[in-house]
Amino acid sequence: MDTAIEVTGLVKTFGRTRALDGLELTVRAGEVHGFLGPNGAGKSTAIRVLLGLLRADAGAARLLGGDPWRDAVALHRRLAYVPGDVTLWPNLTGGEVIDLLGRLRGGIDQRRRDELLTAFELDPRKKGRAYSKGNRQKVGLVAALAADVELLILDEPTSGLDPLMEGVFQHWVGRARAEGRTVLLSSHILGEVEALCDRVTIIRNGRAVETGTLAELRHLQRTSVDAELAGPPHGLAELPGVHNLRIDGDRVRFDVDTPVLDAALGRLTEIGVRSLVSRPPTLEELFRRHYESAAAPAGATR
Amino acid sequence: MTGPAGGPNRRGGPLTGTLHLARLVLRRDRVLLPIWVLLIAVLPAFYAATYAELYPTAAQRAEYALTTAGNPSIVALLGPLHGDSVGALTAQRAGLLHLIVGLISLLVVVRHTRTEEEAGRRELLGATVLGRYAGLAAALLVTCAADLLLGLLVTGGLVAADQPAAGSLAFGLSVALAGIVFAAVGALAAQLTESAAGARGLGLSMLGAAYLLRLAGDAGDREWLSRLSPLGWAQRTHPYAGERWWPLALLAGLAALVGAAAFRLSVRRDLGAGVLPQRLGPPTAGPALAGPWGLAWRLHRGSLLGWTVCAAALGAVLGGAADAAGNAVHGNETLARVIERLGGSSALAEAYLGAALSIVALAAAGCGIQAALRMRAEETAQRAEPVLATGVGRSRWLLSHLVFALLGPAVMLAVTGAATGLSYGLSVSDVAGRAPRLTGAALAHVPAVWVLVGLTVLLFGLLPRLSVGGAWAALAACLLLGQLGSVLELSQWLLDLSPFTHTPQLLGATVDPLPLLALTATSAALLALGLATFRRRDLPTP
Repeated sequence: MDTAIEVTGLVKTFGRTRALDGLELTVRAGEVHGFLGPNGAGKSTAIRVLLGLLRADAGAARLLGGDPWRDAVALHRRLAYVPGDVTLWPNLTGGEVIDLLGRLRGGIDQRRRDELLTAFELDPRKKGRAYSKGNRQKVGLVAALAADVELLILDEPTSGLDPLMEGVFQHWVGRARAEGRTVLLSSHILGEVEALCDRVTIIRNGRAVETGTLAELRHLQRTSVDAELAGPPHGLAELPGVHNLRIDGDRVRFDVDTPVLDAALGRLTEIGVRSLVSRPPTLEELFRRHYESAAAPAGATR
Repeated sequence: MTGPAGGPNRRGGPLTGTLHLARLVLRRDRVLLPIWVLLIAVLPAFYAATYAELYPTAAQRAEYALTTAGNPSIVALLGPLHGDSVGALTAQRAGLLHLIVGLISLLVVVRHTRTEEEAGRRELLGATVLGRYAGLAAALLVTCAADLLLGLLVTGGLVAADQPAAGSLAFGLSVALAGIVFAAVGALAAQLTESAAGARGLGLSMLGAAYLLRLAGDAGDREWLSRLSPLGWAQRTHPYAGERWWPLALLAGLAALVGAAAFRLSVRRDLGAGVLPQRLGPPTAGPALAGPWGLAWRLHRGSLLGWTVCAAALGAVLGGAADAAGNAVHGNETLARVIERLGGSSALAEAYLGAALSIVALAAAGCGIQAALRMRAEETAQRAEPVLATGVGRSRWLLSHLVFALLGPAVMLAVTGAATGLSYGLSVSDVAGRAPRLTGAALAHVPAVWVLVGLTVLLFGLLPRLSVGGAWAALAACLLLGQLGSVLELSQWLLDLSPFTHTPQLLGATVDPLPLLALTATSAALLALGLATFRRRDLPTP
């Protein structure tokens, strides 16, 4: 099986709101797939459809080769899920919840459970109501990461974790991938996405606006160049694909479409380069473009 | 108390923002609050009008007072009777109002204090310009104002029903003050525990203890026992029979004392914490917590245990009072003759026990509804989601809770019946005869209780948003039909709507199993429909 999750044309409406509007999503087996989008884009709705908690109005969804609504119970034994806001039973301890969820999934790896508890510095003896937000997330994460499952579905799992724990989380997701598990990771934390994800899908207003590896997505973006030249920078403005050109004496700054980067650099070396700083497009710029202006038509590119 | 000297916040005492919060409380309860105030407010006037119509002459009232209202079993359940005027009969008949208003006031205060705190909403507000007493003060302010309004409406209703003003005022104020006392008890309980459920349990057990004390005192002519209970005080104002006002002062004093203690405790603890300490628990799950059943047991066991213990205590007191009820006819010729007609003093005691058990059956239905509604609570708190995202299907999840919603009230009724039979049997030296009979009579109510549980599950599957209000409204309707039906002489089809109308009185009659089977079948159909609709619907999203 090459595809862990295959979603085509998925539609889900709540009254008048169209939470999912023809969503397409493909997650290959064994990859860590980033699932990104602004708040309210439909990420959690999509995940709940995949978990069989919501019923889609139209479109098709396949999860580990089964139907997420009809085969929910059988599929759930093969996956683990961490919601963005883990709520615990006030009178159960964290350790009890971890064991319970593990047993409901059909077993828990005791050694890994203990390792995870140590790594996340979680006290399993506290009652549910006594945990802070971050610690409640840790309970959900330990329960999911200790489970022996093929697929991890993580919906903004690290909200409320401190940077140190964020590092621990990334280490364990890396281990999960090394063991051949598939991970669907919904996240707003760009560092996390950059460090972990093989491929990402960006959704907005219930539909996918971009899918690919980070390298592919970067390729569509501009590189910014800041150079000090030997002479006056003539002939740059005429080059196609050069934007935001600012000239300050012999110093020049501009953004250039990545496919014509070579031509622009060629022109610079003709003039003579004293110093050069080139910066690849940051993920933040990439996302900002997709997140901004919900009014703009989805997937519009310039 | 105030901001630091010279700080930007010059004014602001511990009560700053109380009125804003009170408005928030009113906004959140804008439907529920008027409904319960109005519903309860009209009851006494109804009773008064009905008594005036059914027993127009003093002689008729005197006989009614002697044979029925003055019967020790009725006195035990409802409270003492002071005289035989229409007003006095009304005040006794409405005696449960003190308990009901106390119960509602307590729940409302906990709902607006500890529940808010537990949900984290209080924290959001606490960071704004709010005095440290404001949250508690707002909840108490609204509840006490509602109680006072209710008291005045009760007074007005009784005056409108041609009752003397002084007695009407005494009765109205006694209802209001009973509510206010238990609002303060709710406030205190909300400071002591960390969870809203714990606060409710603590408050309810204090209310239950107050009722049992009064019941035990009034049942056996042990005046001093009744005088230990705030509910006993509230029923000792002698409305329409030479009013006594000191019990009202006593109630106001107690409310002030308990309320002050709640305020003192509220500033001596952290937000979210309770005064009673929180202990650490086991680091790993025991073998019992292995599946949905184990989880459901953990979630239900505390409240089921509480219900059962209360039911057992109530049964023991009821059974102990039964003998006194049957024997109170000594030296009363008229009553003795009536009772002889009815089949002797033991028949009278059993009729009283039968009536008492039907009230316990309503409580058992409350227990079942509460257990069934836990599914809704789990779902809306997003705690059902992680369980249903594991290898647990929806049917199994629902059934794991349903077992407790069905067996819980059955166990509760069985225990009550057994406790009643045991204590009644001990008092008449016939345990072997009475205990099984009363246990059977209590268990006869189980099918009717299951119908209400079935209705709750159907609402949960079909109209989840309405399930909480709908289920409790159904129970309230059954309570009203049972309480008012006989007095108002409502038409039979209306009475037939309540499943409890169809429960046969097992005591002293031959048993017709047909209604029991019909009720069980109705319940099964409702449950099946509820399960089918739940399997097909979406889970709520936060």
